Amino acid sequence: MKINGARAIVEILHKEKVTTIFGIPGGVVIPLFDAFYEDKKINIVITKHEQGAIHAADGYARSSGKPGVCLVTSGPGATNIVTGLATAYMDSIPIVALTGQVPTANIGNDAFQEADTTGITRPVTKHNFIVKNPNDLPLIMKNAFYIATTGRTGPVLVDIPKDITTAEIEFEYPEKVKIPGYNPTLKGNIRQIKRVMETIKNARRPLIYAGGGIIASGASEELKKFVKITGIPVTLTLMGLGAFPGTEPEFLGMLGMHGTKTANYAVSRCDLLIAIGSRFDDRITGKLSMFAPHAKFIHIDIDPASIGKNVIIDVPVVGDARHILHEMAGYAEPLNINKWFEEIEGWKKEHPLTYSNDDDILRPQYVVEQIYKVTGGDAIITTEVGQNQMWTAQFYKFTKPRQLITSGGLGTMGYGLPAAIGAQIAHPDATVIDIAGDGSIQMNIQEMATISQHELPINIAILNNGYLGMVRQWQEFFFDKRYSATCLKRVQRCPKICNNPGENCPPFVPDFVKLAEAYSAIGLRIEKKSDVEGALIEAVKTKKPVLMDFIVNPEENVTPMVPAGAPINKMISSKEDAQNFLLA
Amino acid sequence: MEREYTIALLVVNESGVLAHIAGLFSGRGFNIRELSVGETENPEYSRMTIVVKGDDQIVEQIKKQLNKFIDVIKVNDLTNIPSVHREIILIKVKTSANRRQEIFQIAEVFKGKIVDISHDSLTLEVTGITEKIEALIAILKPYGIQEIARTGRVSISRGISHIGGIGNG
Ligand SMILES: Cc1ncc(C[n+]2csc(CCOP(=O)(O)OP(=O)(O)O)c2C)c(N)n1
Ligand SMILES: [Mg+2]
Repeated sequence: MKINGARAIVEILHKEKVTTIFGIPGGVVIPLFDAFYEDKKINIVITKHEQGAIHAADGYARSSGKPGVCLVTSGPGATNIVTGLATAYMDSIPIVALTGQVPTANIGNDAFQEADTTGITRPVTKHNFIVKNPNDLPLIMKNAFYIATTGRTGPVLVDIPKDITTAEIEFEYPEKVKIPGYNPTLKGNIRQIKRVMETIKNARRPLIYAGGGIIASGASEELKKFVKITGIPVTLTLMGLGAFPGTEPEFLGMLGMHGTKTANYAVSRCDLLIAIGSRFDDRITGKLSMFAPHAKFIHIDIDPASIGKNVIIDVPVVGDARHILHEMAGYAEPLNINKWFEEIEGWKKEHPLTYSNDDDILRPQYVVEQIYKVTGGDAIITTEVGQNQMWTAQFYKFTKPRQLITSGGLGTMGYGLPAAIGAQIAHPDATVIDIAGDGSIQMNIQEMATISQHELPINIAILNNGYLGMVRQWQEFFFDKRYSATCLKRVQRCPKICNNPGENCPPFVPDFVKLAEAYSAIGLRIEKKSDVEGALIEAVKTKKPVLMDFIVNPEENVTPMVPAGAPINKMISSKEDAQNFLLA
Repeated sequence: MEREYTIALLVVNESGVLAHIAGLFSGRGFNIRELSVGETENPEYSRMTIVVKGDDQIVEQIKKQLNKFIDVIKVNDLTNIPSVHREIILIKVKTSANRRQEIFQIAEVFKGKIVDISHDSLTLEVTGITEKIEALIAILKPYGIQEIARTGRVSISRGISHIGGIGNG
């Protein structure tokens, strides 16, 4: 079949079963978008900013497990997706990003809207390609989808010069990929798996520390089965939440900087730490030399480079978590670890996650708890970054994988709203809520228009504290309450030095309720605790997008907190704790 | 512990690959001390020899990251494997006609070749391991070295073992 490159790309996307692409057109991709004009199978979602497009593709991928696809123009279109690529790369999310490029003859000439896209994106993609010969296009696309979705998944970019899309090629989509330097290990070495089981048998205080790898490999059922046989307690990273039900007795909560005391004490006390699909990130380990000081380490990961990167591993296993956990379950027996469990139960009783809830003050934690209640724990939740993200992680009990969609590794403010678009498109009948901060939401607020135009019933719950709250919290704890550059209400006439928000503060700009209305959405402002539940019930019921502006206690903190660089069992909850910590 | 590593890589012979690999080192604050690249018997692949100095654990990590690169076919750490290493140096020395004879003698000892001569200078080509090259430089220094060009070493393991290439993946 002889067709041009643009048509070939449409055919390829059909073959890869892509049903939605996110993007924005521009000069060099006009032929490409033209090829979609009459196509009935692919839904094109035109966002308002390319960052919105790539985060939407990312949210689509995280919530469905299928690769997200975005298509943008050269130059500024391509540079606008860089943050989204980095976000996906840090969290190992499969995306195929297609960028237009100036015609091959002009490359390197500083042509109009030319950028060295493959050069710029190389450190933030799993791999990238530039198509130089139109006949290479099918194989490159095949390879791109394969690389994005196998092994440690990740974003792959294909840069496509304009003349490639207009050239006629003899189109045939290859059956097989051809990538000599790529052969991810899936099956775990059976000898190593036996060593793992032997090590587990000899442990008295074993603990599973699992992460996003469980979700990426679809290993939740296998993990649950393994835990139910052995009785080993589980803590999860932010990226892992939902990989094991947050409602089960074996679950200790999230670990790390804003983890539960139970989880962090358990890590500090365990004699065997079984890391599965997690990577010993510094937000997890705190002071590395004092991380799990009594433990042997087992590390199961698909990425050999992840193993032994931060800590020395006693028993490494390279491979896919689902396969390995399945094998492990075959050898598993109930363990005699009742005493360990009692110790853990003691911590759980003594140190539950709490906040003051005995007054009339509207607190963000309360809002998250109510969202959990009203949605029956069944919603897809996206978050922005900062306190809103941590309160969501702490107070919404995620029970299923792909239920929490959040930027973990890069911590990208502005991620949650466009990600919600992708999640809602992948799950048209689900309740999708972006739990947002008043700062972050403004970074991609323009996507409200995309939401309205596509009639997506997305709900937005802004935990409006008037601050870049997470940064303000650090200032309160570690910088003597010097609120430099974190107040979002500040106007020119405010006193230079101010750290006490109050009645006299200027109004928050913008007025989110009016803004929602401007975007053809419903806007609600909620200032009283007693109004929270009602607003949420209404929002979830209506089929229109609803933005809820929850005016919450401005100086609420996320606790417990491990100060950066401290051992993770040294948790603080207040400015006073922080001072004692700094003095010690 | 800091020490010198010699790593041989088989990579896809395409633009951007070298930049990618260099980025891995520079991104971790590593200075590549020696680097040589050339096509292999299979024109689709190039072979690189990279010499870096670093901490065991960091170099181990770099090797894993290199292995992960899709354009890297194979990583072979020659540091602890019996291997042959060779480097070429071209070295231009100031000489007046009456001292040329001395340099000729030095060249002979080092099994070198005179590849260029002018009124007041002379260029020597020597092949060998790093120590030999360093020794040559030290000896010629008093004469006044004008310019040096070194290739960086190329290295290959001894015996039958190989890094792979045509027909042997
Ligand atoms: C793009 C980007 N810029 C800056 C930061 C640094 N940062 C982390 S949290 C935060 C505050 C976020 O404020 P808000 O969205 O209101 O959330 P809150 O913490 O108040 O819930 C900032 C500025 C970031 N994570 N991402
Ligand atoms: Mg805020």
